[in-house]
Amino acid sequence: MTTPLPMAGAAPANVNAVGLARKDYVGNPSTLCAGCGHNSISNQIIAACYELSIVPEKMLKFSGIGCSSKSPTYFLNRSFGFNGLHGRMPSVATGALFADVNIEAVGVSGDGDSASIGMGQFKHIVRRNVNMVYIVENNGVYGLTKGQFSATAEMGLELKKHGINQYMPIDICMEAIASNATFVARSFAGDPKQVKELIKAAISHRGTAVLDIISPCVTFNNQENAHHSYTWGKDHEAPLHEFSFVPARDEIIVEDYEPGTQQEVELHDGSIIILKKLGKDYNPTHRWEALKMLEEAQRENLLMTGLIYVEPQKPSFTDGYNLVDTPLNRLSEADLRPGPETMAKVNDLMF
Amino acid sequence: MNQKVVNDFSITVGTVNGSGSSTANNTILRAIFKMGIPVSGKNLFPSNIQGLPTWYTIRVSKDGYIGRREVQEIVIAMNANSFTRDQESVAPGGAFFYADDIKQPVTRNDINVYAMPIKQIMRSQTEVPNNLRDLVSNMVYVGVLAQMIGIELDKIHAALSFHFKNKEKPVSLNFNAIKAGADWAKENLTKTDTFALEPMTKTDGMIMADGNTAAAIGSIYGGVQFAAWYPITPATSLAESLNDYLPVLRKRPDGKHTYAVVQAEDELAALGMAVGAGWGGLRAMTSTSGPGLSLMTEFAGLAYYAEVPVVIWDIQRIGPSTGLPTRTSQGDLTFTAFIGHGDSHSVILLPGNVSECFEFGWKALDLAERLQTPIFVLSDLDMGMNQWMSKPFQYPEKPMDRGKVLWEKDLEELKGNWGRYLDKDGDGIPYRTLPGNQHPMSAYFTRGTGHDEHARYSEDSDVWMKMMARLAMKQETAKEYVPAPILDETRGAQVGIIAYGSTESAVQEARVQMAAAGLKSSLMRVRAYPFTKEVEKFIEKYEQIVIVEMNRDGQMYQMLCMDFPEVASKFRSVAYQDGLPASARWIREGALSKVKVGKTATAKKIVKKKPATKKKAAKKTSAKKGAKK
Repeated sequence: MTTPLPMAGAAPANVNAVGLARKDYVGNPSTLCAGCGHNSISNQIIAACYELSIVPEKMLKFSGIGCSSKSPTYFLNRSFGFNGLHGRMPSVATGALFADVNIEAVGVSGDGDSASIGMGQFKHIVRRNVNMVYIVENNGVYGLTKGQFSATAEMGLELKKHGINQYMPIDICMEAIASNATFVARSFAGDPKQVKELIKAAISHRGTAVLDIISPCVTFNNQENAHHSYTWGKDHEAPLHEFSFVPARDEIIVEDYEPGTQQEVELHDGSIIILKKLGKDYNPTHRWEALKMLEEAQRENLLMTGLIYVEPQKPSFTDGYNLVDTPLNRLSEADLRPGPETMAKVNDLMF
Repeated sequence: MNQKVVNDFSITVGTVNGSGSSTANNTILRAIFKMGIPVSGKNLFPSNIQGLPTWYTIRVSKDGYIGRREVQEIVIAMNANSFTRDQESVAPGGAFFYADDIKQPVTRNDINVYAMPIKQIMRSQTEVPNNLRDLVSNMVYVGVLAQMIGIELDKIHAALSFHFKNKEKPVSLNFNAIKAGADWAKENLTKTDTFALEPMTKTDGMIMADGNTAAAIGSIYGGVQFAAWYPITPATSLAESLNDYLPVLRKRPDGKHTYAVVQAEDELAALGMAVGAGWGGLRAMTSTSGPGLSLMTEFAGLAYYAEVPVVIWDIQRIGPSTGLPTRTSQGDLTFTAFIGHGDSHSVILLPGNVSECFEFGWKALDLAERLQTPIFVLSDLDMGMNQWMSKPFQYPEKPMDRGKVLWEKDLEELKGNWGRYLDKDGDGIPYRTLPGNQHPMSAYFTRGTGHDEHARYSEDSDVWMKMMARLAMKQETAKEYVPAPILDETRGAQVGIIAYGSTESAVQEARVQMAAAGLKSSLMRVRAYPFTKEVEKFIEKYEQIVIVEMNRDGQMYQMLCMDFPEVASKFRSVAYQDGLPASARWIREGALSKVKVGKTATAKKIVKKKPATKKKAAKKTSAKKGAKK
C-alpha cells in the first residue's frame, strides 16, 4: 500500500469499459507451489473481473484458512479483503455484505475449510442465498499441514503418510443443492476457459454462487489415479455443455443454431448464460435432475463440469431486509439515532 | 396481633413452571410499584418449559433495598410438588396462602395459614373461556393477596392494562378474577398476620424495566445497524427486544430499514457476522451468555488482533459448561478479560443497573468504533431478565462517536498516503477505511495473521512486536474512554468495598448492616476494565479493600491482584455464588469475617485529599443512598 496504485488511466488501449487495465486487477505474487491449481483460478478471477469491467473497489474478497484461503492476496489488490478464520468465511461475509449491498463479493475457500470445519457455515450461507461467489478450491487434501486427507478425498485414495482413505467423500455440489443453493457449478482448474466463464456468470448471479473447482495439489495429491489430480481430471472431465456467458450490457448476437441444441438462462441482472448441448440433454434448472446427474457421475467416476443448477430469480439474502438505498455504512447519526423527543415515549412504554 | 409490619417484607409465590403465573406475579409487582413503594421481583425459574417448580419472589422495601432477601414473610403455594418446601420456607410469624385443592397437611403452627378455594372462586368466572381458565385462575391469588395486604385495586388494573396493552377483554377477564379473589377474601378471611402495604411516593418518576430490554433500546439509541444472535438463556430477550423496538424507534417514512437483525446458526456465526458487519462500518453487536461466549472466543481473538469494532453483550449465567442455565452469576469476568489464545486483553463494561444497561447500550457502540476493538458488556441474568425499578432512560448526552474513519475526500487530502495499522496520532488507534470507499487507495487486506502497518502479511519479528506493543498501548488509551467507577464514600470508613454489576443494592444494604456492627465502609462500583485512575486512587486510600462478587474464585479480586500486585495484600475477596441474586447477608458476613474491625484503618491523607464534591457524597448516610437508585 506504500506504492500508489494507478488511478483509472487515460490510455484507451488495453483498458476495459471502466478504463482500467488488466494490471489494475492483479494481486501480490503468489506464494503457493508452482503449478498449484489455485494460481490458475486466481488468474481467471483477474481475467473475469477485468473482462466484466468490475470496479475493483466495488468487489470484496473473503477467505477462511488454508492454501486456498491465501489466494485472495494474489488477485484484486484494489479490493477490500478479509482473510478470516478456518471455516468461518461465510459468517464474516454475511455480515460484511450488509455494509453496502451494491458491492459484489468473491470468497475463496477450500475443501478443508468448507467441507469439514466450515460445513455448517457453508450450508447456512447457501441456505440464506447471500449475494457472493463462493469458490471451493477442491484438492482433496490439506496442504498447509502437509498432506492429510480432506473430507472430499475419494474412498481408497492412498497418501504417503496416511495410508488409505476409508471414508466416502462429501460432494460439495450435492451439499449445496441439498441446502437450496441457487447457483451451483463444478469446474476444473485445468480448464481455465470454463472456469473464467463460470466465474463471470457467478458474479452476475444474485445470490450465493457455489463453484466447486477441482484444483490439483501438485505437492501432496497429484498422483495419476487420484481424483483431484491434473491427469485424472483431464482424462475424466465430461463437460455438461459448452458454457458461455454474455454480460448484460453486451449486445447478444444470436447465432443460428439448431433447435434443441442450445439453452439460454437469463440471470437477474439481464446477463445471459448460453449452454450449448454436448451429447446428452442436461437442464440445469431442475434440482432433481442435478442431484441425479451428480449421483451418476459419482458411480461412473466422471468429473462432470459446467453449470449444474441455477435458479436466477430467487431473492438474495439482503433483498429480504428492505434496506434503505444509501449504503448502510454511509448513514449518519440523523438516520441512526432516534430523536430526543422519542425518549419520553420510550420511558412511557416501560411500566 | 403484633405490631404491623408496613412496606418491609418479602412475598414468594411457588407455582408450576409454564402455568402462566408470570403475568399474575408481574401484576403484583407492578401494582406495588404503582403504589409508590420500592419493590423488586425476582424470578427463580428452572431450565424447563413446563412442569417443574418455579418461584417468584417479591421484596417490598420502604428503605429502597431492591437486592434479594433470603427471608420470606409471605408465601403463596400453588404447586402441590413444592408445598412442603414452601410451607417450611415461611418465616415464623409469616403468612402462608395455599390453593385448597392441594390436599397436604399443614404442619406449621407458628405461621398464619390461609386456604384459598381457587377452583371454587373460578367457577363464578363464567365468562372465562375454557382454554384460559388455568391461566386466569392465577389471578385469584393476586386478588386474595391484594385484599389481605392492601394492594390497591386501581393499581392492579393499571398493571393489567399495561400488560395486555390496554386490550379491554383480557384486562377485564383477569381483573374480574382478581376482584372475585379479593371479594372472597374480604368475606371469608380474618387477617391474623401483621404485614401490610401503605402507599408511598418513593417510586415517583421511576420506571420499571428489565436490563435486556434496556440494553436493546440503548443499543438502538446508539444507532445499532446490525445484530446477529443465537438463542440462549438468559440473553435471548435482548435480541428479541431489538426486534420489538427497532421497527418502532427507527421507523422511516419510506418504510425501509436502516438495520438488520439476523438469527445465526450458532454463536460462532453470530459473532462472525457481527465482526463482518463491524468491519464493513456498521454499528454491530451480538448478545449471548457463557456457553455462547465460549464459542465466540475465536472471533473475539480475531477482532482484537485485526482491530474490528464490535459489541458483545454477555448476560452471565452460571458456568462452567452448561452449568445452571437459569441462574445468575458474575463468573465470566476473567474469561472475558483475556478471551482468546495468545496475549490479549479486553475492554469490558460493567453495567450496575437497568438504566446503565441502556446507557452502556449506546456507549459500547461508540467505544467499539473509537477503540476499534470488541467491547464486552457483562450483564447477568438477574439484571437482564428481572424487572427492576429504575431511573428513566436518559437520552445520550453526546453525539455519536464514529471513531477514525477515512472516506474518499479524506484519502484525497492525504493523497492516498495512509496505513491501516499506522499509529498516526500516538494513541495506539489507527485509521480505517470501509468497503464501498471508491478511492483507489482505500482498500486494505484484513487478516488474523501477522501484518505490518500497511496491513501486509508479515512474519517479521520486529513488526510483530511493534504491533503487539501498539495494541497494549491502545488498552491504555481505553482507560480514558471507559466509564469511571461510581464512588460512595463515607467519612471515617475503615474499609473500601469494590463491587460491580447487579450486586449494588445488596452491597448498599450490607454496608448499613456492617455499619451497625461497627464497620464503616466506602463503596466503589467499578464500571469498566481496564481499571481507570479512579480505581487506583480508591485502592491507595484504604488499608483494607473488600472485593464483592458473585462467583467462586473472586475473579475481580484476581484481576486487581494482577493489575496492582504491590498492594495486593490489602485485598480481601468476598466471592459467593449459589446461583441466586446477591443478598446482603453473605456480603455482610463475608466482609465482617475478612476484615479487621475496630481500628480505623483509613489512611490519614484521604480525608485531606477528598475533593469538595466527594465530601458532599460522604455526608449522605448509606441508608439514604440505598433508598434511591
